[in-house]
Amino acid sequence: MEKSAVFNSKLLPYALLVPQLVITFVFFYWPASQALWQSFLREDAFGLSSEFIGFENYEALFAQPEYYKAMLTTVVFSTLVAVLSLAIALLFATQADKNLKAAQVYKTFMIWPYAVAPAVAGVLWIFMFQPSLGTLAQPLRFMGFDWNPLLNGNHAMALVVMAAVWKQISYNFLFFLAGLQSIPKSVIEAGAIDGAGPMRRFWTIVFPLLSPTTFFLLVVNVVYVFFDTFGIIDAVTGGGPAGNTTTLVYKVYADGRLGGDLGGSAAQSVVLMIIVVALTAVQFRYVERKVQY
Amino acid sequence: MKLRHFGLATTLATTLALASPAQAVTELQWWHAMTGGNNDVVNRLAEEFNASQSDYKVVPSYKGTYPDTMNAGIAAFRAGNAPHIMQVFEVGTATMMSATGAVKPVYQLMKDAGEPFDPKAYLPTITGYYSTSKGDMLSFPFNSSSMVMWINKDELKKAGIAEIPKTWPDVFAAAKKLRAAGHESCGFSNAWASWAHIEQFSAWHNVAIGTKANGLDGFDTELKFNSPLHVKHLQNLVDLQKDKTYDYSGRDSKNEARFGSGECAIFLTSSGYYGTAKGTAKFDFTSAPMPYYPDVAGAPQNSIIGGASLWVMGGKKPEEYKGVAKFFAFLSDTNRQAKLHQESGYLPITKAAYEKSIKDGFYEKNPTLQTPLKELTNKEPTQNSRGLRFGNMVQMRDLWAEEIEAALAGQKTAQAALDSAVARGNAILRAFEKTAK
Repeated sequence: MEKSAVFNSKLLPYALLVPQLVITFVFFYWPASQALWQSFLREDAFGLSSEFIGFENYEALFAQPEYYKAMLTTVVFSTLVAVLSLAIALLFATQADKNLKAAQVYKTFMIWPYAVAPAVAGVLWIFMFQPSLGTLAQPLRFMGFDWNPLLNGNHAMALVVMAAVWKQISYNFLFFLAGLQSIPKSVIEAGAIDGAGPMRRFWTIVFPLLSPTTFFLLVVNVVYVFFDTFGIIDAVTGGGPAGNTTTLVYKVYADGRLGGDLGGSAAQSVVLMIIVVALTAVQFRYVERKVQY
Repeated sequence: MKLRHFGLATTLATTLALASPAQAVTELQWWHAMTGGNNDVVNRLAEEFNASQSDYKVVPSYKGTYPDTMNAGIAAFRAGNAPHIMQVFEVGTATMMSATGAVKPVYQLMKDAGEPFDPKAYLPTITGYYSTSKGDMLSFPFNSSSMVMWINKDELKKAGIAEIPKTWPDVFAAAKKLRAAGHESCGFSNAWASWAHIEQFSAWHNVAIGTKANGLDGFDTELKFNSPLHVKHLQNLVDLQKDKTYDYSGRDSKNEARFGSGECAIFLTSSGYYGTAKGTAKFDFTSAPMPYYPDVAGAPQNSIIGGASLWVMGGKKPEEYKGVAKFFAFLSDTNRQAKLHQESGYLPITKAAYEKSIKDGFYEKNPTLQTPLKELTNKEPTQNSRGLRFGNMVQMRDLWAEEIEAALAGQKTAQAALDSAVARGNAILRAFEKTAK
């Protein structure tokens, strides 16, 4: 007895896939191919003249010491942002998962920053940390700490990392909280009966069971720091001082949009695209093995 | 019956209203980047122009920051939908003028439209920035400013500084006194790092920023601002940064508030800061000409301008260009220019408007607003002080500032920083030259 319905048309599965494929093509492959094509061109801002120049944009790019510096900056920036935003969000989520009074209010407040636009988030942090007028910078200076993100690259980096982390914590928090709530209480209680303390229960039961969420967030966060943070950097430091907060994506933005160097900027985005694809592939190949579904 | 009559009457009235010959008004789109009080100025100008005649209607729209406005205009042009008039900041000049066909040069526009237009009526240091080397005006100067030194008179008095410093050594000495008198975090400072210490500094001392009259005479220009004078100046700043006698305030104008808050009592920034200073500073302030090194022969020369100009986009209909030309003639009117200058603090663009403001006795009451004009007209401009025109100038300014920052943070020597700024800048110029063929 054949119980399941049989669709004889060979075309039906494709027809059902078409909307998804069209969206993917129009919004992802087409622009990506445009960027790829543009990276081989030399074009003025108005598109009046355009000339095929092969790999010249790439050669010029890899001849710039600043480009390698931007790569290094990106590694530092993305590691700090991804690790900090995941760790802090996980801490907050585990706390919110407890039986708290007003837990709902707490959760709601935690999610708010996600609704703030990156540029606005950047401006908020400037108000707090502008060296001479910022509300938090003034006490710092008063205590004798020479806070100066305008000239000190580490201070500037700390500032953009704080802003980017703050912005991302809400998102991570939300997913971690959902992840925690889906872990059956009975497993944890069993651990407790067997005499495991809260820390041990967390690391041996909760954390492994949370690993699908953690892995998903890791991928999303890496993509976030690579692509989505230029608004914050633009508002907070403009890539300075001395290029110390110029990440790869900010350089794409600065050279292309502010500098009008479309070919060079396109070449950079192609490189960036390759890096992120490679990174995601590595994550799925090696990190995912440790994930327990 | 009554009702039917009423209905008939309204129908008739409506028909009449619709049938009355609709005036064929040509709309002219004007994209700009002005906010706050300056936005009101733009809207008022458009309203006055629209009220002054019935053939054309100028429609201003705000398009975001300067780079946003320029990018919006470029994107619109690529989509075949450019505005008629676009406000472009001074550093976008090279990009705009290299776009043959995408823009309509102003001198051409005025000639085609048969509007009376005498290039000599305009202040040469202002229009020179937007003209070809032959003196043909390419874009119409709108809001211009120059760099001046803002002085907190109260604090100078407290620190025992009797006279407003004139030279750089005077400024350094005054800054040390200010520091001793309690301004520990800032003796003096400036906004717009590259504009102050490379562009204005070079023009004011009559030394070249680049060859070919700072790029005005051709895109095959090469940067030259790693001269001993430039290095000496940057080295002085580096030395003074150590104890904050000089304290860096960033690449743009975000930290201008350090003057208004009283933190920095000597602050170099745009003359356009006047409005903000007037609104925020709770002390007696004034503006003075930029300082110079007295041992440089011929210094001070003249300053150069900043701000924005109006570009006319290409590919529009002749009658639309006629309207734009009429609008520019309207803007050049002496009384209107004088009024605009006196109300907004923008520099007047015609000589007649400047002279009228002098005659009106305007500067006796507002000496701060004359400082930039005195600087601009200090001497007949030379090859080094007419202006500058480098491709991808936005990017260029950022990388110059990057190198200045590296020197101030002690990562590089002043010489190495300027050498690197010149080398990296030249690479950008060569790339631009290839696209601007």
